[in-house]
Amino acid sequence: MSPVQVLDVKHSLLGKTPAELKEIAAGLGLPAFTGNQVAYWLYKTGVTSFDEMTNISKQARKLLDDNYSIGISEPEKVQVSSDGTKKYLFRTKGGKFIETAYIPDEKRHTLCVSSQVGCKMGCLFCMTGKQGFQAHLTAGEILNQLRSIPERKLITNVVFMGMGEPFDNLDAVMRATELLTAEAGFALSVRKVTVSTIGIVPGMEHFLKNSKCNLAVSLHSPFDEERRRLMPIQHVYPIKEVIDTINKADLGKYRRVSMEYIVFKDVNDTQRHVKELARLLNKTRCRINLIRFHKVPGVPLEGSSDETILAFQRALNDKGITTTLRASRGLDIDAACGLLSTKTLVKQENPDY
Amino acid sequence: MIKKPAVKLSEAEVLTNDEIAPSVFLLTLRRDFDFVAGQVLGITLDPAEDARLYSIASGSSEPSIKILYNIKPGGKLTPPLSALVPGNKIWVTVPFGNFKPDNGPAYWIAAGTGIAPYLSMYRSGYGEQKIIIHGGRTPQSFFFSDELSQAYGDRYVRCCSGARSEGLYHGRVTTYLQSLDNLPADHKYYLCGSAEMVVDCREILLTKGIPYNNIVAEIYF
Repeated sequence: MSPVQVLDVKHSLLGKTPAELKEIAAGLGLPAFTGNQVAYWLYKTGVTSFDEMTNISKQARKLLDDNYSIGISEPEKVQVSSDGTKKYLFRTKGGKFIETAYIPDEKRHTLCVSSQVGCKMGCLFCMTGKQGFQAHLTAGEILNQLRSIPERKLITNVVFMGMGEPFDNLDAVMRATELLTAEAGFALSVRKVTVSTIGIVPGMEHFLKNSKCNLAVSLHSPFDEERRRLMPIQHVYPIKEVIDTINKADLGKYRRVSMEYIVFKDVNDTQRHVKELARLLNKTRCRINLIRFHKVPGVPLEGSSDETILAFQRALNDKGITTTLRASRGLDIDAACGLLSTKTLVKQENPDY
Repeated sequence: MIKKPAVKLSEAEVLTNDEIAPSVFLLTLRRDFDFVAGQVLGITLDPAEDARLYSIASGSSEPSIKILYNIKPGGKLTPPLSALVPGNKIWVTVPFGNFKPDNGPAYWIAAGTGIAPYLSMYRSGYGEQKIIIHGGRTPQSFFFSDELSQAYGDRYVRCCSGARSEGLYHGRVTTYLQSLDNLPADHKYYLCGSAEMVVDCREILLTKGIPYNNIVAEIYF
């Protein structure tokens, strides 16, 4: 007889706010403070089962276990780069796969999380884009990428720069950022959480209004036509509209906005681009983060030389725009920027073409 | 969760809402605005909810707006949308987007309801020097094929992945594209469909020597 697979249909608790956990406790006939206790175990400790929540009565633990799952799943695989970067592979509840990158750098330990399985945006230069879109992640699945790894306690920064477009999965991402930064959640500072978007304007408006976390925008070209060829989203939300959205928002005193800019040889690395970037960002309080292009198979783009990138950086700094160059990390395990992909694990289901 | 900010919406009256193929509907709305062929319209039944984007399928000189949509089972919008009858009102954004045609030679490549912007372009007078390649699962997936067959003849190719039928290429759009030799590198290649369809087609075109500058992609976001 073949083994029967039991599907986990119970709702997960990871991803619930403390207020929701209190309601859940009340719904089970438990005192409200049990909700607070569960929140503590979920977000402040490393326990992976209800049984380990030792300050909750045995009876209450059984009730919780009978009705809910804790929602924590260990990564299925980890690859380690020679530079210390790690790439984790997770299986989602729906049986699909995502990747997460852990990037240690002296005192700074950054976790690059995914928000979707695959991505709809189809940017020409991105490996994730090449696998198409398979599913949205829940807030619990986003948080699990932090909660379940051994480096959980070391993490100082979380960036939503893994697989997927965060603002195409707005509700789950907002909930995840809320729990990452809540005192009763993971209690990270809002200045240590960055959400990176291709520039989905309605999502940006909502995020800028309702979150204090940092924002990063994939800019890559200040010219409409050129950006359109690299990033189909430009047809729908042109970069000028994206920048206007930032300019109109109240950024507060500390929120950091950065413009991500992959430097492509002979495409977007000229003086003309420096001038247009300076013009485009004239009224925007932001910095530019230059990124080396990491070659993606079949993509007819090349990265600029370090000499060109450094000259480009100097020229932007001379124009008064603080411009940094991001170090490439985890290249030998395909964990670097734009390289996360689980395409080989995707089962194609009834495509319409 | 906090509600999303209101976007600028206005009411539009439903004129017709017909099922033109299994689970595929053509919605006709009273037209109160101008648009350019290839643009999208945000649609919602509840102004507190996000508007979903749909390509306009009608020509820019037609008296009404036409939207092609398929029912997403369990979706918030399309099942109730399909129940609307003439006289009902829905909420729409102003048309926007820059997936615009030009008069030069081009391939218009679509999957499923991704044919909509090309219908709009054709009906708006941009149909000259175009070749249409449309992919679908069943012989019923080729919406408006009478109109397009008549206008394009052999320059209109229907790729049916799920069944064999006379006049249809049996296989996926990607298989058909792969089979083509000597694709002109100086033509434009428009792609409209799901992310998977667009990235797969784009990869094939790039391997066949089409410069990425000549590939224009619109993805169903």
